[in-house]
Amino acid sequence: MTTRNIQFKIYRYDPDKDAKPYMQDISVDIDATDRKLLDVMVKLKAKDDSIAFRRSCREGVCGSDALNINGKNGLACLTAIDSLPIDKPIVLRPLPGLPVIRDLIVDMTQFFKQYHSIKPYLINNDPPPERERLQSPEDREELNGLYECILCACCSTSCPSFWWNPDKFVGPAGLLAAYRFIADTRDQATSERLDDLDDPYRLFRCHTIMNCVDVCPKGLNPTKAIGKIKDMMVKRAI
Amino acid sequence: MNRIVVGAHYGLKDWLAQRVTAVVMALYTLLMIVAVPTVDGYEGWRALMSHGLIRFATFVFIISLCYHAWVGVRDIWMDYVKPTAVRLMLHVLTLLALVGYAGWAIQVIWRL
Ligand code: SF4
Ligand code: SF4
Ligand code: FES
Repeated sequence: MTTRNIQFKIYRYDPDKDAKPYMQDISVDIDATDRKLLDVMVKLKAKDDSIAFRRSCREGVCGSDALNINGKNGLACLTAIDSLPIDKPIVLRPLPGLPVIRDLIVDMTQFFKQYHSIKPYLINNDPPPERERLQSPEDREELNGLYECILCACCSTSCPSFWWNPDKFVGPAGLLAAYRFIADTRDQATSERLDDLDDPYRLFRCHTIMNCVDVCPKGLNPTKAIGKIKDMMVKRAI
Repeated sequence: MNRIVVGAHYGLKDWLAQRVTAVVMALYTLLMIVAVPTVDGYEGWRALMSHGLIRFATFVFIISLCYHAWVGVRDIWMDYVKPTAVRLMLHVLTLLALVGYAGWAIQVIWRL
């Protein structure tokens, strides 16, 4: 097997030119060395350079090439082309629920606003020690599965609660980050963080649908983190 | 200016209440699964529903059901109805309906 022809259906929309979005049919020949969807998309772009999408690291670190692939959110650079059925065209759409800037590029402002709202930094008013704030290995262990988030937005844009209330619901990515700082033994603002989330919208719009867990390309579990925040709130309240 | 204000501190209370009322309803359902097959005809139903414990359990069940429904239905309005005035009206209507149902149920249970 040297070259294969892969069919695509791609969401196209240029607000300056198009009255409304449409789906473009396009196909491309790929070689055995084209392993990931992103490799193939780069070829597509060489064929039709008007297609717009974001990408940078091409190894699942920067989080910029999240899209909706055959109906499921994921990173193009981590999706093996062989994992997609090739008997029908591969359907590429922008992440759902965010405004489209052009083609596969969405406006992430709302997503990052929610991320910033949880104060994603360590709050500790003690004078900084000479070298660094230390943690025991067990305390550090608590942060595993939380700190690895690359803010790709696959999770939040697959969450129905985030679709309906992106302005008020923090969303799975933001809540995972919130718990990352709540769980950090060096942080001194735990109660303030819990106070901030004790709100019918910010945290409690999550109805444990678990779409977020299903799509996270880093294998993280926002639902579990959300559950732990709720547990802490219950412990604090009763 | 269009600022989004959040911070109504009742998220946890309602979430917890929804869970607790769900447990109450599940327990009542179990109770009924045990009790109902022993019931025989109208007199049987009368006897069952005059039992003090059953009345108490039924009352607690109705209250749980109403509270549970209140949180659930309000969540739906919060998700899908954006204009504040319309939402407030729907909240009030839901609340009134549930209070009405609860009162009616109490009347039925104690045959007032
Ligand atoms: S939790 Fe996963 S899906 Fe969500 S933003 Fe982080 S890496 Fe992406
Ligand atoms: S579990 Fe919560 S945060 Fe995750 S997709 Fe469902 S509602 Fe959204
Ligand atoms: S290109 Fe950086 S995560 Fe895919």
